[in-house]
Amino acid sequence: MATQENRSHSLDVSSILRGQSKYDEILEPCLKVENLNLFYGKKQALHGINMEMPKKKVTAFIGPSGCGKSTLLRCINRMNDLVDNVTIEGKILLHNDNIYDKSVNVAALRRRVGMVFQKPNPFPKSIFENVTYGLRIQGINDKRILEETVETSLRGAALWDEVKDRLNDNALGLSGGQQQRLVIARAIAIAPEVLLLDEPASALDPISTLKIEELINELKEKYTIVIVTHNMQQAARVSDYTAFMYMGDLIEIGATTQIFTKPAKKQTEDYITGRYG
Amino acid sequence: MIKSWFKSGSPWIWLNAAAVSTCLIMVVGVLGLIVARGVGHFWASPIVQLSYQEDSGEIKTIIGEHVDSTVTPAAMAKSTGFKLSDDEDVLIQYLIKTGNRDLTGSDFRWIQERHIKAQSQPAEMMVIERREWGNFYGTLTAIKENGQVIASGEQAWSILNERLKHTLELHEKIAHLEKKEIGAINYALEKLRLKQRSLELKNAWNEQSAKEFADKKLAYDTDYKNHQAELAQLYQEIRRDSLVATTESGAELAIPLSKIVDVYQPNKMGLFTKITHYFVKLGEFLSEDPREANTEGGIFPAIFGTIMMVMMMSVIVTPFGVIAAVYLREYAKQGFVTQLIRIAVNNLAGVPSIVYGVFGLGFFVYILGGNIDALFFPEASPAPVFGTPGLLWASITLALLTLPVVIVSTEEGLARVPRAIREGSLALGATKIETLWRTVLPMASPAMMTGLILAVARAAGEVAPLMLVGVVKLAPTLPLDGNYPFLHLDRKFMHLGFHIYDVGFQSPNVEAARPLVYATALLLVLVIIGLNLAAIIIRNHLREKYRALEG
Repeated sequence: MATQENRSHSLDVSSILRGQSKYDEILEPCLKVENLNLFYGKKQALHGINMEMPKKKVTAFIGPSGCGKSTLLRCINRMNDLVDNVTIEGKILLHNDNIYDKSVNVAALRRRVGMVFQKPNPFPKSIFENVTYGLRIQGINDKRILEETVETSLRGAALWDEVKDRLNDNALGLSGGQQQRLVIARAIAIAPEVLLLDEPASALDPISTLKIEELINELKEKYTIVIVTHNMQQAARVSDYTAFMYMGDLIEIGATTQIFTKPAKKQTEDYITGRYG
Repeated sequence: MIKSWFKSGSPWIWLNAAAVSTCLIMVVGVLGLIVARGVGHFWASPIVQLSYQEDSGEIKTIIGEHVDSTVTPAAMAKSTGFKLSDDEDVLIQYLIKTGNRDLTGSDFRWIQERHIKAQSQPAEMMVIERREWGNFYGTLTAIKENGQVIASGEQAWSILNERLKHTLELHEKIAHLEKKEIGAINYALEKLRLKQRSLELKNAWNEQSAKEFADKKLAYDTDYKNHQAELAQLYQEIRRDSLVATTESGAELAIPLSKIVDVYQPNKMGLFTKITHYFVKLGEFLSEDPREANTEGGIFPAIFGTIMMVMMMSVIVTPFGVIAAVYLREYAKQGFVTQLIRIAVNNLAGVPSIVYGVFGLGFFVYILGGNIDALFFPEASPAPVFGTPGLLWASITLALLTLPVVIVSTEEGLARVPRAIREGSLALGATKIETLWRTVLPMASPAMMTGLILAVARAAGEVAPLMLVGVVKLAPTLPLDGNYPFLHLDRKFMHLGFHIYDVGFQSPNVEAARPLVYATALLLVLVIIGLNLAAIIIRNHLREKYRALEG
């Protein structure tokens, strides 16, 4: 059943890719994963992952469900710390600093590495309070700064025009797509370096999805973006680099064009052409 | 046929419906009974005058209010000693409230319907509510001023009303002087005495302070003497008037107006007057102090005490319960020990409340209170301050009693806050405690309110432990008054639940107090509903505000 669907996807992918230009350049890595192993209790979920994610580019993680792509993403801002019984070995370097070093302040790290989740999760507060949440945590209460940040962040998330007249309304009154853009605005309000997107459009309708994808294209001017997606067309549309994962292993990483047109590994090709997944 | 009926599920639905309606009928029944019995008490029922043939054959007049009636089958009546003729098949008896306890020795008497020879409702019959001896029923003969008759016959009634109004004003003045003014002086004098004692204990008592204290005391004494003189004058004035009334037996009785709360002639009242009278009586019931061993007068101190205690309890139990629940749910490592603690907490809710009372008395009052007295109030010794039952200990004991409810519902509320919200907050660089304060706790606040609602409902209705830790039959002062520090946590207080028990079962005049029991019970229910309603409104407001994500 899924095979059928994916096969039709693969046709679209190539047509989309024809319009996209990918060029090779010398890229500065922003994130570097070195020998990362992760265990849930005794079960190993990630096996010796090694990869680099270049600065101000979009890197997409693709792979079948349960392959560990979300787990890997959540390692980057140490969200997995919250899960009981997790052991993590190896390093993740953010600009050459190991984020798993004992001296790292996790809250400060998360300010540098923002995250947007699969389901929009605005706080049950006003739109204004949602966007300023991160700033208030940092003790910034100057009204002028807050207002400025709200405007720039909401503009950055392409939401400003829709909500500028009702900033004090409850954020839960927004539509799903608006909520997700609000959450992105909330994340960029604290000016992170990296933005992690965990299937940001999977709970949204096609039009909202399109808006989010356009937004990702704009956001990469400023931020290094890592996105997890189930939707290969989406990966092809928005990402510069794609990593294919399978059963906790990183099978292949490369420029998106290359992965989708000339995958080096058989497994990647099989997945992209919809032979399993 | 039957089989398919069973399969269709309708017997099950009928069973469910029957269970629900049984519950409903019982609740409505409880409320209905309380309302029916309690609400009628303040209605001015007509006074009947009866010619009644006593068993001895003598014919007497009986004046009073019809209260109750019973119908007994002849056979049963005969077996209990009534002499009925053969053609009578039932014995009808009426309970008449005859009042005049000072003359006849009792307020009520049962009479047999068949011995009533004549019955009428004379318009001039009056009821006198007295401060002592209960109601008086009879007719007005004359008004006296300093023992001299100044009015009699027709015009006496209007003069009585005028004089009584004046007398009641005087009474109020006296009460104010005695309770408020002189009460405050007494309070201040006591404070002064304690301060002196405290200085003496510290060996800091010297001539200078002695002089200072003597001056203060003198000022208070002067004040006191002034008030005393004023009082004496008022007392003389209030004793001036009296009325003469004729009882059912034709005897005359003089009643000083100062002993009267109210007079009225129910047989002359129209419907509108009766309604007005009803609400005036209801207002008095709600706002006045009890009289005559709680069987007459109002129940204001009990209402006040109940609400005060419940509020104090809420203030204590909410933070404790919430903090404990936050630790259990958010910080404690989930495992065997946490589970054990959780089970223990849940079981605490099942401990009989009297056990909490005993614990409160033994630990809070005697140990904690005793030590507080020894440490902070040595000057009051040997009289206890906190080492005796009082509002504080009652509130704390009930807080302990209701703690499990608050913990359990707060925990549930915390568990219901979606993980996505917590992660969203953490992902923005908030620490766990910041996430808790800014997002999780506000979102769990409706659940906390639910816990508080349950706690209030339980605490307001609790009587047994309170009898041990602070509730009394009659408290001379309210726990909140105009004397610094205004809120007196060490004072004993009155409580509606205990009041019901006391009035209904411990009073010397059970028959007279019975309607009051129902009225007080109704009020207790209303107070609890009121407190709960307030909490529910707040909770719904919070729910609306912190509506969690759907699904």
